[in-house]
Amino acid sequence: MSEAALFALQRLSAKLLAPLVIVHLVLILYAVHGGLSAAEILERTRGSVVWGGFYVLFVIAVAVHAPIGVRNVAREWTRWRGRSLDAASLALAFILLALGLRAVAAVVLPG
Amino acid sequence: MASPPKLDVRIWRGADAGEFVAYEAPLAENQTVLDVVTWIQRHREPALAYRFACRVGVCGSCAMTVNGRARWTCRSHVKDVVADGRLVIEPLRNLPRIKDLVCDLAPFFDKWRRAGGRFEGAGTRREPMPATDPDTDARRAADAGIECINCAVCYSACDVVGWRPDYLGPAALNRAWTLVNDERHVKAREVLDAVTAGGGCALCHTHGNCTEHCPVGISPTAAIAGLKRRSLRRSLGRRWRRRGGWT
Repeated sequence: MSEAALFALQRLSAKLLAPLVIVHLVLILYAVHGGLSAAEILERTRGSVVWGGFYVLFVIAVAVHAPIGVRNVAREWTRWRGRSLDAASLALAFILLALGLRAVAAVVLPG
Repeated sequence: MASPPKLDVRIWRGADAGEFVAYEAPLAENQTVLDVVTWIQRHREPALAYRFACRVGVCGSCAMTVNGRARWTCRSHVKDVVADGRLVIEPLRNLPRIKDLVCDLAPFFDKWRRAGGRFEGAGTRREPMPATDPDTDARRAADAGIECINCAVCYSACDVVGWRPDYLGPAALNRAWTLVNDERHVKAREVLDAVTAGGGCALCHTHGNCTEHCPVGISPTAAIAGLKRRSLRRSLGRRWRRRGGWT
């Protein structure tokens, strides 16, 4: 994938993440301030297509956005270059995707 | 009789290996850093190497690092930049050092060319210059960056240039942005391709050091942001066309 394509992907995922992160943070504040228990939270998320969709989208955007940025930082701050760095970035993408989707499944799928 | 006020000047002598050498120079009410360097070369150190030409802020050849900050020395007044009666003068950052205050600017201008910085019009010298409307958005964007004197102060101030040797840098990208917006330039697409490729505008962190340091008040940061927008739109459009849309 070309550097231009990676840049485009990172920019687009950033645009997507901006509103998602805001909703996510507001949601955390709301849940904490409202004093919701874990059970009450699960009650609202389990089986919810909206929250499931929201967080699947969130996880995909993170899995695209973060590895590209980490790759850039590695190339700026270290001597790491080339295929091994690309492979590591791709691996990071899959790790984030797997961990994230697992977390989404845990709160959305009926227990 | 009290002795006349003196200025404590430390100047880098040598190339990569070297040392600061201390000189005493007369302190005048109205003098520039370049005046001080010239005085030292004429009266104390004839072998001191430094560059200058116009002395009035047009040619862009006298930039140095003065008290830790890249500046055009011909228009930096000593009284504005002196710290505790001392001037520490070094060559520019991010460029190979040749001798004393002189850097090799070849990488700077090579990148300027790599960014497609050379103007190419459609006509020949025998035809009149095509008229341009100064009031279009594109022309205004080009005009905002056109007065660059290529002093390399921004290039020296940019952290990303220090991290990524292949990064084109603010001056080359600013030049590219003026050409992309110049309706008379026939290679705007090639310029966009050049600045979208690896080492191009995507590497900019928008720190704004270039804009903060630019002696003539240009904002390469804004130019690079423009290039990012344009190259993003272009790479998306290209993908779209490849799939059969917009044909």
